[in-house]
Amino acid sequence: MTVSLLAYGAGNIASVRFAFERLGAAVELVSTPDAIAAVERLVLPGVGAAGYAMARLRELGLVEAIRAFPRPLLGVCLGQQLLFETSVEDGGAELLGLIPGRVEAIVPAADRTVPHMGWSRLARRVDHPLLAGVEDGAWAYFVHGFVCPDGPATLAAADYGGPVPAVVADGHRMGCQFHPERSAAAGQRILQNFLELPA
Amino acid sequence: MTARRIIPCLDVKDGRVVKGVRFEGHRDMGDAAELAARYRDSGADELVFYDIAASPEGRTLDYGWVEDIARLLDIPFCVAGGIRTVEQAARCLDHGADKVSINSPALERPELIAGMAERLGRQCVVVGVDSQFQDGEWRVHKYTGDPNARRGAGRLTMDWIVEAQGLGAGEIVLNCIDQDGVRKGYDVAQLRAARDRLTIPLVASGGAGAVEHFTTVFREADVSGALAASVFHSGTIAIPDLKRALDANGVEVRL
Repeated sequence: MTVSLLAYGAGNIASVRFAFERLGAAVELVSTPDAIAAVERLVLPGVGAAGYAMARLRELGLVEAIRAFPRPLLGVCLGQQLLFETSVEDGGAELLGLIPGRVEAIVPAADRTVPHMGWSRLARRVDHPLLAGVEDGAWAYFVHGFVCPDGPATLAAADYGGPVPAVVADGHRMGCQFHPERSAAAGQRILQNFLELPA
Repeated sequence: MTARRIIPCLDVKDGRVVKGVRFEGHRDMGDAAELAARYRDSGADELVFYDIAASPEGRTLDYGWVEDIARLLDIPFCVAGGIRTVEQAARCLDHGADKVSINSPALERPELIAGMAERLGRQCVVVGVDSQFQDGEWRVHKYTGDPNARRGAGRLTMDWIVEAQGLGAGEIVLNCIDQDGVRKGYDVAQLRAARDRLTIPLVASGGAGAVEHFTTVFREADVSGALAASVFHSGTIAIPDLKRALDANGVEVRL
């Protein structure tokens, strides 16, 4: 099994790479439109700010290649947020626009620190091959200050003062808001499922 | 909501885990990678690795063991020790760390916090604070890894944590030095005061000696996580037992 990670200077490449390697997958890094077009399955990692990540994707000329990619695509953490249309982060950022909706800020409250940092339970909404073998209520490790819009794409959600879309899918485009590479058994299973999706 | 995190802290010196009483008189506790794997399997929610000699010796930590640990772990981990530039922090992340904790360099150059947050995202910026009660106030100390280099930082703890949050810290680890290594319990009053001033997660550090200390700090200081070292390394508290006890006392943990 081979999986390709997009290296664009705004991603947690190493930890995602090691997680796939623990599953026995061969991992390659890609960073050009031509390389993206050729791969079997693509992971879009991301940490940091949405505006910066999108600027990097534009500088490298990768936006159209990601939009046109026809096989399994998995956005991780910020990578999931990038799949949506816009984000309020950085004063408003235009995203990839592959799933409808706007990414909003999490508002701090007495019982809610921001960032949402730590282990939360996944409540399953619908069955999906990406969630095969992941039990309802499984724990996953989250670190984020912005939250994706809840909608038909939500496969599983965490609760953090409101629903946090934790796993999303719209056709072959999928995302994990949490860090599957740092989410013990449940995360490992999701990455394994992604590797086994028909390309 | 999130589970309360149990965070073993591995103080690393020359690749070995060490632990002392009030940071003095270090004792060898075992190999860092070996202990990391043991904690991963016992249900630790996160690990912290401090290269305790790096900052006083004026060097940064060794990226080699960061990568060794990143390959091994499927839970998050934070690294600390002598990280004084955004570039060094970025290299820690490039080698697989999830978070980078800064302490003395942030006191000398607070803009380091802002620089890291801007470039790497605030979620990975942890500010460690060593605090001691003196002359009626909680005060920040620096270079606590080395008894000879250690000195007061000329700041009040409660002011500094709020400033760090404003600059872009994503989490504060508040190490209460009066409690460190003596196992009499966390400094609940200080942690509660800190919690009330912050909107970012707060992790308690220093003083864990018994299961009840964890229950108390989560209930009374409302911290997101509790960090401890010697009680875990020595086997005094087994993490599965601790988590079951917390769960039985109504503290939500990942079981």
